[in-house]
Amino acid sequence: MNDDILAEVRRDYVLSKIRDGERVDGRKFDEMRKIEIQTGIIEKAEGSALVKLGNTQVLVGVKMQPGEPFPDAPDKGIIITNAELVPLASPTFEPGPPDENAIELARVVDRGIRESEAVDLEKLCIEEGEKVWLIFIDIWALDDDGNLLDASALGAIAALLNTIVPAERFEIGDDFPLPVRDLPVAITSLIVENRILVDPIKDETSVAKNFLTITTDSEDNIVAIQKSGSYLLPEEKFYEAIELSIRKAREVRKLLAEV
Amino acid sequence: MQEEVKLIVDGRRLDGRLPDELRPIKIEAGVLKNADGSCYLEMGKNKVMAAVYGPRKVQPKHLADPTQAIVRYRYNMAPFSVEERKRPGPDRRSVEISKVSREALESIIMKELFPRSSIDIFVEVLQADAGSRTACLNAASVALVDAGIPMKGIITSVAVAKVEGVLVLDPMKEEDNYGEADIPFAFFIRNGKIESIALLQMDGRVSKEELLQAVELAKKGAMEIYKLQREAIMKKYKVEEVEE
Repeated sequence: MNDDILAEVRRDYVLSKIRDGERVDGRKFDEMRKIEIQTGIIEKAEGSALVKLGNTQVLVGVKMQPGEPFPDAPDKGIIITNAELVPLASPTFEPGPPDENAIELARVVDRGIRESEAVDLEKLCIEEGEKVWLIFIDIWALDDDGNLLDASALGAIAALLNTIVPAERFEIGDDFPLPVRDLPVAITSLIVENRILVDPIKDETSVAKNFLTITTDSEDNIVAIQKSGSYLLPEEKFYEAIELSIRKAREVRKLLAEV
Repeated sequence: MQEEVKLIVDGRRLDGRLPDELRPIKIEAGVLKNADGSCYLEMGKNKVMAAVYGPRKVQPKHLADPTQAIVRYRYNMAPFSVEERKRPGPDRRSVEISKVSREALESIIMKELFPRSSIDIFVEVLQADAGSRTACLNAASVALVDAGIPMKGIITSVAVAKVEGVLVLDPMKEEDNYGEADIPFAFFIRNGKIESIALLQMDGRVSKEELLQAVELAKKGAMEIYKLQREAIMKKYKVEEVEE
């Protein structure tokens, strides 16, 4: 019960800050937290990345193996994205199969990678109609201080950039780097009090879970959108969020280019 | 190989529609006996049935919220609804659709009027042909009205796709499969006016400008669907349309 009262006091404080045009951690409304990307930290994985977005931490691992292609794309590799919100990452996460939040997170990350055609899947055909490379992207949340989605999306593309296709292990020729040709970046904002707060921290999401994620590719095209949360989005806020997301994604993409 | 399919010829789509035309829509309210509210809806080849139960006691009890009603939404596809039999039960896609659809409706349902209750919305896709989530939301919306659930307005949903570089309203299966983008929308409509966006998803690739055009196209389509939703409700309750 005490926790509830404290949470409510905290919520009121966060809200009053926002109304005053400020954020609890001193950031501007359109300012991302500090981003750190480390790649190749799991040697057993074909590719991996640890992303820190402020205090939010996500580990993404990529594993690959040959498998059967989909009948409607016999000459293309397959991407399978999964996210686990494991209980070590937050007091509110529970063990068990992925819930709707984990599923949504994985699917939105997946859409950004798929629709930007970041991975050249045609180069992952081993034998048309018989054998192609399967890419498993597994997103492991380590610490949730808000905006796991952007951290996960960033981790996924960083891990892919770092992936070596393990052809030798399966005796199908020489190992080669995964052909990555675009850098999709997801930018999530919180829409609250008629304001747009980019990269919200957990404290801010306690006010309202009104998320809008916009993923763009290297040419500023929009490749994925997800409005998440039970709220009504004013049209003009949507347009503002598009502009903001394009601008922020360009900044983040520069960091990715250095990976 | 996909390029062989020509989806737009002389400005007309495969089924003869212009880019800004909807598929034929049929809506009927109050079609199930057991449910508190229900609706059968066809949108092109989509055939969906929505039922609303509630406000009622929450089962299981521990899910009850002492301050407001909980809203649950289940989007479910029948195994025979698609070309290749779909294994019954929720898959990841249905879980996501159920989540965002629930959130869209939750945003206009006056939940605070029914503490410790649940409002359960079940939508069964009997036949799917692209845009089933939009058809389901439109049906659910009418079923909620039929059940007498107090709402701030109504939700009306429609998708826009980009096909061979052209934005088209309410895409059918072929356009969804081979198109460059799919953007499902749902709008909150109050007093016959679009107020805001209740559901928005997108996958594909569009420019900023195209996205803005897509919103306009979707709004046009939504207003047409809204009129049909209204008519279906009026018909069920035998209300003569008054000249406004």
